Amino acid sequence: MSFPPNIDAAPILECRHLSVCYDSRAGSVPAVVDFNLTLERGEAHGLVGESGCGKSTIALAIMRHLGRSGRIAGGQILFQGRDILAMSAEELRRTRGAAIAMVYQEPMASLNPSMTVGEQLVEVPMFHDGCTRPEAQTRARTMLERVHMTDGERIMRAYPHQISGGQQQRIVIAMALLSHPRLLLLDEPTTALDVTVEAGIVDLIREISAELGTSMLYISHNLGLVRAICDRITVMYAGEAVEVGVVSRVFGAMRHPYTLGLIASMPVPTADKTSRRLEPIPGQPPTPRDRPPGCGFGPRCAYFVPGRCDQETVPLRDLGGTEGEGLRGDHDLAAHDLAAHDLALRLHASRCLRIAEIPWNAPPMSTPAPASPPAGEVVLAVEHLVKRYHKVQANDALTFDARRGETVAIVGESGCGKSTLARILMGLTPATSGSVRFRSLELSRLPVTRRSTKTLRGLQMIFQNPFDTLNPSHTVGWQIARVIRKFGVEREEPRVGARVRELLDLVRLPHEIAGRRPRQLSGGQKQRIGVARAFAGNPALVVADEPVSALDVSVQAAVIDLLMDIQRRHGTTLLFISHDLSVVRHLADRIIVMYLGQIMEQGRTLEVFAPPYHPYTEALLAAVPIADPRISKRAVLLKGEIPSASSPPLGCRFSTRCSYRIAGTCDTRAPPVQEFSAGHRVACHLPREQLLAMRPVFEETTT
Amino acid sequence: MSKLLIRRLLQMALIMLCVSLLLFSIFDSDQFRKKVAVAELGGFGASTLSEGDYHAWIARKGLDVPFLTRYRHWLEHIAEGDLGQSLEKDIAVSTLLKESLANSAILAFFVLLIMVPLSLTLGVLAGMKEGSALDRNISFLAIVTTSIPQIATAVILTVVLALGLGWVPAKSVMTQGWSFRALVLPLLTLLLYDVGYIVRMTRAAMVEVMASQYIRTAVLKGLPYRRIIWKHALRNALTVPATLIFLELNGLLSQVVVVEVFFQYAGFGRMLFDAANFGDVQVLQAATLVAVAVAVLSQLLSDAAYAFLNPRVRLN
Amino acid sequence: MISLLALIWSPLLAYVMFGPALGTAAPYVLLPAIPSVIVLYVMAVRRWRESGVAVLGVTLVCFWLLMAVSAPYLPLHDPDKPILPLMLPGSIAHGMRFLLGTDMRGRDILSRTLWGSQRILVWGITATSVAYAVGGACGLIGGYLGGWWDEMMSFAANVLLSFPVMVLFILVLNLLGQSGFNIIIAVTCSSAPVIMRIVRGLTLEARSRDYIQAAQTRGEHPLWIMLVELLPNVRGPIIVDSCLRLGYTTAAITTLTFLGLGLQPPDPDWGLMIKEAASTAVLWKYSYMVIAPALALSSLILGFNLIADGLREMSLRD
Repeated sequence: MSFPPNIDAAPILECRHLSVCYDSRAGSVPAVVDFNLTLERGEAHGLVGESGCGKSTIALAIMRHLGRSGRIAGGQILFQGRDILAMSAEELRRTRGAAIAMVYQEPMASLNPSMTVGEQLVEVPMFHDGCTRPEAQTRARTMLERVHMTDGERIMRAYPHQISGGQQQRIVIAMALLSHPRLLLLDEPTTALDVTVEAGIVDLIREISAELGTSMLYISHNLGLVRAICDRITVMYAGEAVEVGVVSRVFGAMRHPYTLGLIASMPVPTADKTSRRLEPIPGQPPTPRDRPPGCGFGPRCAYFVPGRCDQETVPLRDLGGTEGEGLRGDHDLAAHDLAAHDLALRLHASRCLRIAEIPWNAPPMSTPAPASPPAGEVVLAVEHLVKRYHKVQANDALTFDARRGETVAIVGESGCGKSTLARILMGLTPATSGSVRFRSLELSRLPVTRRSTKTLRGLQMIFQNPFDTLNPSHTVGWQIARVIRKFGVEREEPRVGARVRELLDLVRLPHEIAGRRPRQLSGGQKQRIGVARAFAGNPALVVADEPVSALDVSVQAAVIDLLMDIQRRHGTTLLFISHDLSVVRHLADRIIVMYLGQIMEQGRTLEVFAPPYHPYTEALLAAVPIADPRISKRAVLLKGEIPSASSPPLGCRFSTRCSYRIAGTCDTRAPPVQEFSAGHRVACHLPREQLLAMRPVFEETTT
Repeated sequence: MSKLLIRRLLQMALIMLCVSLLLFSIFDSDQFRKKVAVAELGGFGASTLSEGDYHAWIARKGLDVPFLTRYRHWLEHIAEGDLGQSLEKDIAVSTLLKESLANSAILAFFVLLIMVPLSLTLGVLAGMKEGSALDRNISFLAIVTTSIPQIATAVILTVVLALGLGWVPAKSVMTQGWSFRALVLPLLTLLLYDVGYIVRMTRAAMVEVMASQYIRTAVLKGLPYRRIIWKHALRNALTVPATLIFLELNGLLSQVVVVEVFFQYAGFGRMLFDAANFGDVQVLQAATLVAVAVAVLSQLLSDAAYAFLNPRVRLN
Repeated sequence: MISLLALIWSPLLAYVMFGPALGTAAPYVLLPAIPSVIVLYVMAVRRWRESGVAVLGVTLVCFWLLMAVSAPYLPLHDPDKPILPLMLPGSIAHGMRFLLGTDMRGRDILSRTLWGSQRILVWGITATSVAYAVGGACGLIGGYLGGWWDEMMSFAANVLLSFPVMVLFILVLNLLGQSGFNIIIAVTCSSAPVIMRIVRGLTLEARSRDYIQAAQTRGEHPLWIMLVELLPNVRGPIIVDSCLRLGYTTAAITTLTFLGLGLQPPDPDWGLMIKEAASTAVLWKYSYMVIAPALALSSLILGFNLIADGLREMSLRD
C-alpha cells in the first residue's frame, strides 16, 4: 500500500464510481449507481433526495458497514487518499469513530440504554487515543460544554432515557467529535426532533464546522437544512447523483428537471395559496428493482423526450461541457493546486441530456390557485375547552371557531395538545370542561359510540401515518365500500361499487387500485385513500392530523393540492393540524399557534406571518429551514427545550424559553390576550407597542 | 423502583390469598372431606359412608362452623406451622414436606448450577452472529432438545446410559444412602429441556440486541469487538434470560413431578403425585399451597431482577 | 387453510370419539380427510418454501396427520390384538413380519405407533383450540375494552399462572376425574391465561393504530372492530404461538397419560406405550419397545416447533 506523497493535499474524501448493491432472495438490487464525490478539507457537502434514493447507503458504505446483504459492487472510496475498501479490519476499526465519525437519525435508539452517558463518551478517547479514564472524563466534560450542555457532571451520570431528545442528539454529536475526526457523517440528525430543537442543533453543527474545520457530509431530505449548513450539494434520485454544485447555484439556477421539480413542490413560508400553487412532481420514485431505462427520472419528467431520454444511461455532465467523472475522478494529485480546488468548488454538473434545451428561467408554469369561496356560517365553535389526563393538562382554555369552506390550521410542536384536540373532536376521549359545538350540536362529552350516523359522516378525520391509516388485512376497495355502506350513502352493491370508483377518481387514483391491499401502495397513494375515505360521506368538517408530514416533498405537494381542490369543491371546513409553518401557509385561511396546551396566537394567515408576532410564533417562523436563496431570514434565539406537559411553567407557559421574558411578570401571571385586528389575538405580557414594533422574520430579495 | 416492587408485593400477597381461599374451598368440599372421613373412620370408600356417620365425624372434628371461620382456623394452623396430618404415612405433613422439598432443592440446585452458565454461554455465542454455522448448529440442537418431552428423554437416557452402558443406576431411589451417580439421570433429563429453552431465549435476545442501532453506534465508534460484546451487548441481552431463569423455578416444579416419579426420587414432585393418587388430601393441599408460594416468590424475584437490570425501570 | 384443517380434524374427531358407534362405516368417515392432508401439505410447502426449517416441520406434522387419517387403510396388523409377546424387531411369526417387533402383550409396535397418532392429534388439537378460543376471546376483550373487565380477567389469569402447570393438572384431574374432556379443561386452565396475555398485548398494540381509530370514528361496533379490524392483523404472532402451543399440549397430554392421569387404555397411545414399555424394559434387550413411541412423539412435537420457528423467522425477515 503506497501512500500518496502529500496527504494534506488530498481531498478528505473521494468516492469514485461507487456502486452499492443489496443482495436479496430475488437477486441483487442496485441501491447506489456510479456515485462520485470530492470533499475538501473543511467543506460541508449536502446529500439530498427523497426516501429510498440511496443517500444513507452512501454514508454506511463510507463506513464500510452495509450489513450482511449490502455489498460494494464497484468503485473506490478514498479517505485522505487511502482506499477504505482495502483497509484491514483493524485499520478500519481505528479509522471508525476516530478519523470518520457519524451522527444518526434517531438519537434515542443510537445510545445504549443500559450504559450511562459518561461511560459511552469516555470510551471513545480511551480506545482511540489511549487516554486514561480521568483524562477521558475531562475531555468528555470539555466536549459537553462545547456542545452547550452546561450541566455536564449530571449528564455524564445520567442514562439516555433520562434526558430529552435534543440533549441526546447533542450527546451523539459530542461523542462523534471526541476524537477530533477529519470527517463527520450526519445522517438526518434532526429529522426526529421538533422544529425549534432542530434549529438549535443546526446552529451547533454550523458552529462546529466553522470552528473546528471538520469536513462534513450532511444527509437530509430537507433542502432548507442543507442550504443552512452546506457549501456544496449533491441531489440524489433513484440511486444516482442527478445534480452537483455549489448550494446557491443548485437552488438558484438548477439545471436538472428533478431539482426544479423539488423546489417547485416545496412550500415556502413567504408564499401562500393565493399567490402560488404547489407544483407536485407527477408519479412516484421507481423502486430500485424497476428503474426505467435511460434517465431514471424520465417517467416523471415534464421535458421527457421518448426515444432520447429513455435510451442509454445518462452521464453526469459538467455545465462547461466536460464529463463530470473526468474532472475529478482521476485527477493528478501532484497537479492539485489552488486552481483545481477552485474548480471543484465551482463545478456544477447535471445528469440531464437536455440541459441546453430546457427553459430554466421561464416563470413557474403554475397559475395561482382559484380564490376560495368566502367563508360561510360557523361550523365548529370551541369554547374554553379543557382536557386533563391525570396531572397533564393537555388542552387549556381553547377558544376558536371554524366556518364553512374555511381552512383553519393548528400549529405547534410535540406536547402542544393538537392531537388531543383532534381526539376530543372525534369523540375518542371526553373533554374535561368547556364546549365544542358542531353545527349547533354539543360534542365535548359525546363519545363516538353515541353519535348519530349523520354526525359521524359530517365529521371525519385524515390520519398522520400513511403506513397506519389503512387496515393492512383488507383491500382498499373493501375499506372504502365499508365506509359508504356504514354511512348509508349507498346500499345496493353495484351503486356502492360505482361510488368507490367515483371516490378513486376524486383522489386521482386508477380504479384497479380498489383490488389491492395497502402494502402494495406507496405512502402517497395510501394517504390519498385516507382522503377518499374521509370524504366518502360528504363531511362538513374534516380534521387532518399532519396528513403529509410523513410523505416525501414531491408527493406531499400532490396530496396538499388534492385536499385543497376537494375542499374547495365541496365547501368543506378543514381543520389542519401541523408542525410545519411552510405547509400551513400554503393552505390555511386562519392559523392557531399552540404551545403546551394553550393558544399563543391566532389570526388570519397573513396576520400570523407578519408582525406583530407572539414571541413563540416568531421563533417558530425563524426555525423554518428555507431552501430558496432569494429568501433570507432573521435569527431568533430560543432557550432550552420544551418543558414537560405534566409540569408546565407558571404564568406564561412559554416564559422559560422566551427571549423577551419580563422577570416577575411572565413567570407568575397568565398573559393577557391582546387583539390587534378582528380575530388576530396574541396572548402576551409584552407592551402593545413592543409587539407592533417587531421586524418581519423573512425578507425576500427580488434580484 | 421500590414503589414498583411494593406494588408487585401487594399484588402477590393478594394472589396468595386468593389461591389459599381457592384451595381451601376445593379441599373443604364434601368430595374431599368424605375421603378424609373414610380414611379416619375406616371403610371402603365414600359410597359406603353413611350420612349419619359423616355428620357425626364433622361435628367431632369441629367442622360444623361457618366456612369463613373454618378458613380462619386453617390459616391460623398454617401460621403455627401445622399443615395437617398425612393419612397415608401418618406423620405430620410439615415433616414430610421438609424432607421432600430438601431433596428437590438439591436437584434444582444442580440443574441451575449447570444450566445457567451453559445456556447463557451457548445462547450468546449463537446470537452473536446470526445465521453463522455456529448459530445454526446451536439453534437446531436447542430446538431438538426442547422438542423431546421429558418422558421420552427419561426413557431414552435410561436405556442408553443405564441399561446399555451401565454407567449410572436406572432409578434414583437411593436406598443405600445419598449418591450423586443416582442423580445423574434425573439431572440430565431436566437439563436437556431447560438448557435448550434458555439457549433459545438468550439467542433471541442477543440477536435482537446485535441488530439494534446502539450496537451499530458502538461498531462505528471503532470499539474492539470484545468491548462491543462484553460491555454493550451482554448487559442488554441478558436482562430477559436472567428474569426467565427465576421463572424457570416455576417450570421446574412441574418438571420434577414427571422426573421424580419416573426415577423414583423421593422429592417434592413424587410426594405430590403420590398424595394425589392415594387421596392424601391434606398432603395434596399443603403441597399445592407450597408450590404456589414458591412460584409466586420466583415471580417476585424475577420482577426484582428485571427492575434491577433495567435502568429504565430502576430509575423511574 | 383453516377450512382444510377443519376438513381433516372433524372426521378424525368423529372417528376417534364415535368410532365404535359408527361400526363398520367408521373408516369411510376418514376418506375426505386423506386428500385434504395432501393438499394442505402441498399448499404449506409452496407458501413457506423460503424457510427450510418450516418445510421440514410441515413434513413431519403432515406425515403424522396422514398416518392418523389413513391408518384404517394401511396394511397393518390389528393394533389391539395380542399375537406373540416380546418379538424383536424384524421377526417373522405366523407368516407375518413385525418390523418393529411386538410388546409384552404381543401387539405389533409399528401398528400401535401409527394408530397412536390419531388419539394424540385429536386431543392435542382440540385442547389447544379450546384454550385458544377461551384465551383469545378474553385477551381481545380485555385488551380492547380495558377497564374493569380487563383488571378482573388479568387477575384471574395471574392466579392461574401462579400454579405450576403440572400441579394444576393434578389438581384439576383429581377434582373433576380423569377423562379426555377434563384434560381439555386442564389444558385450558393452564394455557388460556398465557394465550390471553399474548393476545391482550397484541390487541393493546394494535388498538392505538390509526386504522382502528378510523373504524371508531365511523361508529363501528366494538365487536366488529375486534373481529374484523383487529383480529386479522394480530394473527401472525398468534399462528406462531399456536404451533408452539400445539407442541406443549401434545407433550402435556402424553405426560399425563404416562402418569396414569389422562386417557385410559386400551386404545393405542404413545404415552401409554412409553409407560408400559418403561415398566417392562428393564433389560437392554427389550429397550426397542420404547424407541418407536418416543421417536414418534418427539418428531411430532419437533414438527410443530420447527413450523413455529420457521414462521417467526420469516415474519422477522419481512
